[in-house]
Amino acid sequence: MLQVASPDPMVPQVMRIVTRRKDAPDVFTLRLEPEGDDLPAFAPGQFNMLTAFGVGESAISVSGDPAKGDGIVHTIRTVGAVSRALAGLRKGDTLGLRGPFGVGWPMEALEGKDVVLLAGGIGLAPLRPVIYRLLAERDRFGEVAILYGTRSPGDILYLRELESWRRRLDIDLLVTVDHAADDWHGHVGVVTTLLPRVAFDPENTVALLCGPEIMMRFGVQALGNAGVPDEAIYVSMERNMKCAIGLCGHCQFSPVFICKDGPVFRYDRIRYHLALKEL
Amino acid sequence: MAVEGLERIVREHPFFAGLDESFLELVVGCARNVRFEAGKYLFREGGPADQLYLVREGRVALEIAAPGAGAITFQTVAEGDIVGVSWLFPPYRWQYDAHALERVRAIAMDATCLRNKCDADPGLGYDVMKRLVPILYQRLQATRLQVLDVYGKPAA
Repeated sequence: MLQVASPDPMVPQVMRIVTRRKDAPDVFTLRLEPEGDDLPAFAPGQFNMLTAFGVGESAISVSGDPAKGDGIVHTIRTVGAVSRALAGLRKGDTLGLRGPFGVGWPMEALEGKDVVLLAGGIGLAPLRPVIYRLLAERDRFGEVAILYGTRSPGDILYLRELESWRRRLDIDLLVTVDHAADDWHGHVGVVTTLLPRVAFDPENTVALLCGPEIMMRFGVQALGNAGVPDEAIYVSMERNMKCAIGLCGHCQFSPVFICKDGPVFRYDRIRYHLALKEL
Repeated sequence: MAVEGLERIVREHPFFAGLDESFLELVVGCARNVRFEAGKYLFREGGPADQLYLVREGRVALEIAAPGAGAITFQTVAEGDIVGVSWLFPPYRWQYDAHALERVRAIAMDATCLRNKCDADPGLGYDVMKRLVPILYQRLQATRLQVLDVYGKPAA
């Protein structure tokens, strides 16, 4: 696991917003560069705690390319006070960053395997660093299928990138929406309906899922029906992260802490707990 | 098309995969090849539900028209899928529109013919039901997810 850049993990680094892009009506992407300090290195699937000064902190997954080295990229959905405050920031403004934290996607486990990525809604953001790595080192993996479901055509993230990835002949990329007007000619239906439309060998596949928990539960079920074993399925969990270093207990998920032991977990290791309504 | 060719096509469609040969002969008697150009409708809401379509090629949008919103697509189906289940039960009327998004080739099963053969041979009827129910269940599950609006904003 990578170490956090700051010697004290509770002290935020000051970061400046280099670019700000609107991805969807309530989603935006910030590219950040440090004020004087080194750029913190991160692994796909890790997250940072972003501070809107005077408002609070929020855990946000890194959505940029870990190999690019031109800043830290975060895609943020406005759902609460902190994300609303972050949404109000513009290019040149500053914010605080602690991290990166947590255990990311198992990139080594993907080598030589068919890879299925199942993303729902804003869940595409934490998987985007994986996609960059898969495409950059394409010959190290078997079949690659990216299946992305979201609410409506207007909610599709990273539209231009998706279009360019879809033109590649060495991956399958399918997008579906829950509902659409008649000017949309793509797929409509839940993301799991795309699984039979892509090629992968279930016995030699690793699947990575990120999205709303209900979607991931249905996704795990569909992958299981297709023959992918639970040990080859990884999910990215979300809970109320506060300290991000496993001290405060806010994100405790039965025997584990999402912030420290996750957010990415092998499904068979949390299967039982995921089914508990109280957690 | 020769019956032999039609039989092969029906046998190879996922919906009838592994169907007993004696049943296959029965259902092929209800089948014919059809083609819809892009933009055409396989059927319209309220019309007589007299066919089961087995899609061989192309994509079909299942739509419901809403006042002020036009046609809203709630599902797309494609090669290997089926279109239409309203032929199963009275009053045998389509509940939505089915709209070809691109050129669609399909096997159309005459619903009255298929129902009569299923009634006459409960073994065939049970087999067809066992093929239809999982599809209906999958679509119910998918609808539940859509109704839950899982990608919507979480409650504050």
